Amino acid sequence: MRHLNKFLGLTIAMALPILAQPPFGGRGGPPQVAKAAAPIDLTGYWVSIVTEDWRYRMVTPAPGDYQSVPMTAAAVKIADAWDPAKDEAAGDQCKSYGAPAILRVPEHLHITWQDDQTLRMDTDAGKQTRIFHFGAGKSAGGDSEAGPSLQGDSRAQWEIQRAGPQPVNGTLKVTTNHLKAGYLRKNGVPYSENANLVEYYDLVKERNGDVLMVVTIVVTDPMYLREPFIISSHFKKLADDTGWKPSECSAKW
Amino acid sequence: MTRNKTILGLAVLLCVAFPALAEIDLSGSWTSKNHEDNLERGAGPNPDDWAGLPFNDAGRAKALSFSQSTISMPERICWFQTQWHIAAGPFSLKIWSENDPLTGKINAWVLGGWETRAPMTIWMDGRPHPSKNAPHDQTGFTTGTWNGDVLTAYTTHIKTGYIRRNGAASSDQATITTTFIRHGDMLTLALVMEDPTYLTEPYILTRSYMSTPTPVAVAGPPCIVGFEGVESGRVPHYLPGKNPFVDEMDKIYHIPREASLGGAETMYPAFRDKIKDKFVMPTKCTRNCGAPGAGN
Repeated sequence: MRHLNKFLGLTIAMALPILAQPPFGGRGGPPQVAKAAAPIDLTGYWVSIVTEDWRYRMVTPAPGDYQSVPMTAAAVKIADAWDPAKDEAAGDQCKSYGAPAILRVPEHLHITWQDDQTLRMDTDAGKQTRIFHFGAGKSAGGDSEAGPSLQGDSRAQWEIQRAGPQPVNGTLKVTTNHLKAGYLRKNGVPYSENANLVEYYDLVKERNGDVLMVVTIVVTDPMYLREPFIISSHFKKLADDTGWKPSECSAKW
Repeated sequence: MTRNKTILGLAVLLCVAFPALAEIDLSGSWTSKNHEDNLERGAGPNPDDWAGLPFNDAGRAKALSFSQSTISMPERICWFQTQWHIAAGPFSLKIWSENDPLTGKINAWVLGGWETRAPMTIWMDGRPHPSKNAPHDQTGFTTGTWNGDVLTAYTTHIKTGYIRRNGAASSDQATITTTFIRHGDMLTLALVMEDPTYLTEPYILTRSYMSTPTPVAVAGPPCIVGFEGVESGRVPHYLPGKNPFVDEMDKIYHIPREASLGGAETMYPAFRDKIKDKFVMPTKCTRNCGAPGAGN
């Protein structure tokens, strides 16, 4: 019995440090800020690898080409009326560059820490900026205080995977709403202002040493989607800004 | 005694709540969300659509020689696809673990097979891959490792297969790395094929699945050979320069041949600059357009 007590005591003693971990895995004191707690490093330059949905992404698909998207009848009606010239004239040439679609655009990304609690993503295609807020506070830029916006209001959190007390891997989860209506595809496949976007950012290391960022994207929009639209995009990490080529939004290309 | 029971209960609780290594249960039925590459995974790609494939010249030449009637050869009808069919096919997944009967430790994860793909067994017990001279088959040999909650599986020893169902081939030197990333009820697979024979860069596809309470049926051999119009001994093919479908993508989608014939540069955004002045958006979708309720 004495041995059993020793064994159990040891087990509990080993487990207690795990229980003692504050949020974000700090060692006592106040919770770590998001930047310090990051289990993976998403910062740097990334390039889209377009091996999926090529003809919907690399060129502008024909009007009426809606393959793969679970559209409602209302969505088809909107999409059938797509007129890129009208969008351009109305100053809406960025409608296919909103948060639910931006990671399907062939592009380079630049991800940086704007501050300790805010991750920033810039795109060269369409010159868009997304702001991911950790915690309860807000930082300047990208928010929807003035109403719905193309990139909406994004809340971020780390999902940390541990082996014992130590983080060994993790995911960035981003939830975005307060979106201005836009297009899931360049040819007018719509999402509404009520759309909700959830993204999971994961890193995968290839055998050749390349690092991939895999983003699982879930768009929910009861108005224009019969079920959540679930896709995943992948990007390769670059050593520097080679290939970074800012370009304006285009409604036609 | 009561104190001991309390301590024991607490210890068990802690061990269950905080396993020594971060791993995650992958078992269950997973329905495939074919919201990308729906046509390519379902009915099949257009016969000359190799855009976004990092072909080398040999890979392109082999694809151009391919006739769809090849798979009607009696010698090919029961030809199982390699594990790449997970990404190129439309099917859902059934995953389970094989546990050691004494220790309960997981020896392997298994992805059930389909009628055209053999089951994938991912060995987790540290066994090495066979010698490079060992026989290859469509199943291949797969081992796995965890990185936190992410499982990475590495497959070698596969036979020649395809990487797109229109003749784009993989060689018996190809390897496949499959990463399993679970987020609650969602499972994302990232598949990377490396093939020194037919590819200049790794070819990457990612696929999404949702957990489902509806059981996914697993299937497999036997397959019965039937006559599909190709007599035994004949190998349907196209000679160089004779593939009649080589401009199909141009005709239907106005995608120029330099794009549809693939190559690593077609995977990257900069390639758009190269075809911008050659592309004219078709006025209307005429084929495989998708529509509500049409299984898209």
